Amino acid sequence: MSNLMTDDYRTKYTLETFSFLPDFNADEIYDQIVYIINQGWTPALEHEVPEKASRHYWGMWKLPFFGMRDPNLVLQEIEACRQAYPDHLIRVIGYDNYTQCQGHNFVVYRPRGM
Amino acid sequence: MSTQTFDAGVQDYQLTYWTPDYTPLDTDLLACFKVTPQAGVPREEAAAAVAAESSTGTWTTVWTDLLSDMEYYKGRCYRIEDVPGDKEAFYAFIAYPLDLFEEGSVVNVLTSLVGNVFGFKAVRALRLEDIRFPVAFVKTCMGPPAGIQVERDKLNKYGRPMLGCTIKPKLGLSAKNYGRAVYECLRGGLDLTKDDENINSQPFQRWQNRFEFVAEAVDKATEETGERKGHYLNVTAGTVEQMLKRAEFAKELGQPIIMHDFLTAGFTANTTLANWCRENGMLLHIHRAMHAVIDRSPKHGIHFRVLAKCLRLSGGDHLHTGTVVGKLEGDRGATLGFVDLLREDFIPEDRSRGIFFDQDWASMPGVFAVASGGIHVWHMPALVNIFGDDSVLQFGGGTQGHPGGNAAGAAANRVALEACVKARNEGRDLEREGGDILRDAARHSKELAVALETWKEIKFEFDTVDKLDG
Repeated sequence: MSNLMTDDYRTKYTLETFSFLPDFNADEIYDQIVYIINQGWTPALEHEVPEKASRHYWGMWKLPFFGMRDPNLVLQEIEACRQAYPDHLIRVIGYDNYTQCQGHNFVVYRPRGM
Repeated sequence: MSTQTFDAGVQDYQLTYWTPDYTPLDTDLLACFKVTPQAGVPREEAAAAVAAESSTGTWTTVWTDLLSDMEYYKGRCYRIEDVPGDKEAFYAFIAYPLDLFEEGSVVNVLTSLVGNVFGFKAVRALRLEDIRFPVAFVKTCMGPPAGIQVERDKLNKYGRPMLGCTIKPKLGLSAKNYGRAVYECLRGGLDLTKDDENINSQPFQRWQNRFEFVAEAVDKATEETGERKGHYLNVTAGTVEQMLKRAEFAKELGQPIIMHDFLTAGFTANTTLANWCRENGMLLHIHRAMHAVIDRSPKHGIHFRVLAKCLRLSGGDHLHTGTVVGKLEGDRGATLGFVDLLREDFIPEDRSRGIFFDQDWASMPGVFAVASGGIHVWHMPALVNIFGDDSVLQFGGGTQGHPGGNAAGAAANRVALEACVKARNEGRDLEREGGDILRDAARHSKELAVALETWKEIKFEFDTVDKLDG
């Protein structure tokens, strides 16, 4: 019965892009922010309670960081957001004003237990 | 005051339709044909004949020609070029005045340009290589129901290609078992699943039953994963009334996306469905069955880039483009060319990609390129590199052939995709380092490790039949 040799696959509650990879460390988040800035996009942060994560709109952390060139400042804002909303999910967004779409969007922080 | 007189009989086409001094207008519709003339027919005469027969001409002069302003309405061949590497054939560039075509009707354009002229005796073979649609015509078509940007916003998919898969076996599953296969794929990490194009409403699986079971599968996967999921419900049917009835039912079930075969069903049906989708907030996936009959021969038929442009005008949010790397046809440069034509707003002439004209889409929404067929997880780095983010990568056998089943196969593909996107964003070279990137990712994913083991040895190295000229 070779079928019995395969594992049971458990459905995961995931949150779109990069949620099938192990959690990113600070260096990995830094690289993605560099990518956003180098594309000419505007980094931004959003946060929300996990129960409402599947809705389109999350809370905005301040305004998008227009003109931002320093990835370290974005990392500092992630930390400030996390301290203000420790029970919320936090995602990084890269706004592309040419396509009027989000060029990037991935969750960087999940509250304990998620 | 007219100075023309009526001379009955047959005159050479080139006297009227070969106009090398003509400068095309911005409002002209331009076409490039590859013409293989019959032996002994001069190039100018063959080219002028194509211009005539695809516009105002008839084989003989008629008196009613003189009641019309033929100088205004005629198509003109304004340039002839050698085809690199082909001594028989040549390119004929033809300009058509905008007034020859009904507004918003790609059907009318094709009926003229690829109508009777393709059976015309003076040419041995004829291929429509490209059309430049003037902005004045583009603006009369509504195009994709949603477009890339709106679809991303609706489905909450950003920063990466979407992942899909066609449910197999393509024929014969009961509706309930079919819905099971959908659910397994989606819960494992795919964004979208697809009806096979052959699935319409057969005795083993009527469309209502399929739609209901699939809707439950999509809704359950959406709820459990927290991600937005969809299944392309194929509404292609024998009549437009049936097609619309199925589309309405998909909407009633709250499903986000339906599917259509634009060539077998025809452009009229497709444009009707695209308009319905736009009015009803539904996304539209387009399959291209029959395209190879039309586009595969390098000497005769219509190049797929023309069919792709016509689809963008007629309306669709996704279109199959071939994979470049898998089991089906596709020269890389040519594929990248029509992928640009689907997605970008302005595409400059680029002969290395088979693009003969500048094409301005005047802000018409873009279409996702769909790479599907014979691809598996080892192809992922190349696919992400070639197709970029605005694509749907569909692994049918590469998902459902996983030893652990659909969910494990889906998870393997999702891990591989995200690892490749992450590496690309970090500046790594996917086509050179792809193997390392996948093996590293597999250290955190048993499903991916098994997939890499399963498909390691498969290679597809057939030469393409239709390559770019030169």
